[in-house]
Amino acid sequence: MFENLSQRLESAIKKVRGQAKITEENIAESLQEVRNALLDADVNFQVAKKFIETVKEKAVGQEVKGRITPSQLIVKIIHDELVELMGATKTDIKMASKPPTVIMIAGLQGSGKTTFSAKLAKFLKNKGRQPLLVAGDIYRPAAIDQLKMLAEQINIPVYTEEGVEPVKLSTDAVAYAKKMMRDTVIIDTAGRLSIDEEMMAEVENIKKSVSPDEILFVCDAMTGQDAVTTAKTFHERLSFDGVILTKLDGDTRGGAALSIRSVVEKPIKFVGVGEKIENLEPFYPDRIASRILGMGDVLTLVEKAQRQFDEQEARDLEDKIRRNEFTLQDFLDQIRQIKKMGNLRDLLGMLPGMDKAMRNVPVDDKALVRVEALIQSMTVAERDNPKIINGSRRRRIARGSGSTVQDVNRLLKQFSDMQRMMKRLTKGKGGKMGVMNGLKAANQMRRARK
Amino acid sequence: MGFFNKIKKKVQDTASKTSEKMSAVAEKTKKVLKIERLREGLTKTRKNFSDRLKGLLSAGRKIDAALIDEIEEVLITSDIGVKTTTRIIDGVKSRVRKGQHQDAGVLYDMIKEEIRNILVTSPSVEADKAYTTNPEDVPHVIMVVGVNGVGKTTTIGKLARNYREAGKQVLIGAADTFRAAANEQLEVWAQRAEVDIIKQHHGADPASVAFDTVKSAISRDAEVVIIDTAGRLHNKVGLMGELEKMSRVMQKQRENAPHDTFLVLDATTGQNAIQQAKEFMKATPVTGLILTKLDGTAKGGVVIAIAAEFSIPVRYIGVGEKIEDLQPFEPEKFVNALFEDKMDYEEVEVPVDEDDAINE
Repeated sequence: MFENLSQRLESAIKKVRGQAKITEENIAESLQEVRNALLDADVNFQVAKKFIETVKEKAVGQEVKGRITPSQLIVKIIHDELVELMGATKTDIKMASKPPTVIMIAGLQGSGKTTFSAKLAKFLKNKGRQPLLVAGDIYRPAAIDQLKMLAEQINIPVYTEEGVEPVKLSTDAVAYAKKMMRDTVIIDTAGRLSIDEEMMAEVENIKKSVSPDEILFVCDAMTGQDAVTTAKTFHERLSFDGVILTKLDGDTRGGAALSIRSVVEKPIKFVGVGEKIENLEPFYPDRIASRILGMGDVLTLVEKAQRQFDEQEARDLEDKIRRNEFTLQDFLDQIRQIKKMGNLRDLLGMLPGMDKAMRNVPVDDKALVRVEALIQSMTVAERDNPKIINGSRRRRIARGSGSTVQDVNRLLKQFSDMQRMMKRLTKGKGGKMGVMNGLKAANQMRRARK
Repeated sequence: MGFFNKIKKKVQDTASKTSEKMSAVAEKTKKVLKIERLREGLTKTRKNFSDRLKGLLSAGRKIDAALIDEIEEVLITSDIGVKTTTRIIDGVKSRVRKGQHQDAGVLYDMIKEEIRNILVTSPSVEADKAYTTNPEDVPHVIMVVGVNGVGKTTTIGKLARNYREAGKQVLIGAADTFRAAANEQLEVWAQRAEVDIIKQHHGADPASVAFDTVKSAISRDAEVVIIDTAGRLHNKVGLMGELEKMSRVMQKQRENAPHDTFLVLDATTGQNAIQQAKEFMKATPVTGLILTKLDGTAKGGVVIAIAAEFSIPVRYIGVGEKIEDLQPFEPEKFVNALFEDKMDYEEVEVPVDEDDAINE
């Protein structure tokens, strides 16, 4: 998600390589690059300026000792600063001691409030709570229908009232929740501009009438320099408890995350990544900082993998690769594992070095389905030893999988390329971490944390 | 000819002249109102931008590096972007050198000139202003694309209304079959715009909806077709491929469809708007840009960055929620609205009719 910023920082930092000591002169250009990268990432001007000054202060005069390169040193300083800027830890949703817990969602138009409300409801439901969604956006055409349709998918009730203004609607909804024993009320309010006095007064009144336990400000991760002003205004009126960053699955560089956090001292609690209702993740500042620096969001990947990926299996696989016994059957198993973990591009982006390698490669999840079909149409013997797949076998496989001989050829070619690449990776040439090594390293890091 | 006939003719003439004049006045009033709306919509940006610049530049300050830095800050915090800001600053610097200026007062007009130059040399000046279509090639098919939440549906409602008011028969195709209740939202807008809409069930194949709409437009002799599409993040390969499929399918009905592909960008988006435009242009031949929510941001500067960066015109800008708030983008007017507190209405003033016999 932050590929571009990582790219820029990489090229800026390269310039320091091979120097013994960090001086103001030898990093001036790099810092300018970093600043421009941050600005292009829509980090607020003042925040970027302050950031650069702090990094400079900390970096200048440091000696580059032993095996550490200057770039590693600067990366470390920038990384630590970024983590600090984005707040140190994650925070959960505050729950009321006496139910129902009332959560109010507010933000600009088109920031993704309605989708987030449904995602949050699903998230809390999975944690054993019984949410009630409240359709408080009575202005946008079909907003209520949208919430209803989303709620239906996740089987959560929606409270609506025809022709009732949002303040009364909200109080009614809380009363209804008490009666129906729903322990969490999520109020989806209408989108509003921070300069729209009437609408801002309305949302203030909703707050007064239901006194929410938690007010969440939803912000599009793509917001530009204005993010800070908007967040500030909403905060002045509502004094919200946390920020939700949505649409973080685009290639947005998410500078807004940095700015908002540093200007409004409230944590970013969740990030929305994707259109499926499952795609809501807690915000981990350190992970995103690593990501900005191109270190890969290894921790998130590991957690995801942990849920579905058997470590033993991974080790077996690694052995197989090392012994060059990786077969099409293993490949098929891998694909199935990957599919369980989620979106392929997200997954690849999290691997160290991979986001750079994959930057311009279009990743199509459907391709996996096709590959799966192709391998399934092969016999066991063919899967173990693709060399025996001759012309007539190719035709049969193509027919069996509803594809063409060209598709079969392409798969076999890709597979042999992959075998070759894996061989190289496990031999440790090329210098980059292999996928499996990456996972292993990540596991170690995770253990060290515990 | 009898006396009465003469009177009758005189009365008729006067009446038709009066109504002509009244419609002329109405027309002009509309224009003034439109500029007024543009100005109003840009209030936030102007406050952030030109007021701050004026504050910097009016105090008789000397031109020095610190001042240039402060100007840079104003430009960047208006979402003009590092690249375009550097271009503007470089232009100003070279003007200062050439004219050997020292007083900061001259910079305000220089910056305005630099920005005007960027805008008037951009293809946006060629933008379609009259909601015209080629009568030889109807229906004129417009596909509207963009990421989620930029205001596509709202923009389509406004576009449809504007085309209808320009005397065109419009048909909307609800090909956003993905988002929950997208059909319902678009239907409300179609009603407001008083145009018809073609839709299928939630989750239907968007290409099929597009095909149906064009087909139906041909049979009804509709002149303009506007196809809504699901919001998609520009890095999703599959969804971008879907746009191509929609075009392909529509071409079975009309060879040149879509005649226009408008990319809707949210003005509150920062520099990612440029990334979005680049990616969409790779996936589909975008013919025009529409910038929405300009009224909601102090950072309308992204318009300038976009005009500077791309060789396709900014066609329309959205400066408010009302139907008339979707305006053709006119660079000159935009620059004026951005820099001046008071607008110059001269160009739209009602000409005095010398042959005015009514009052006599």
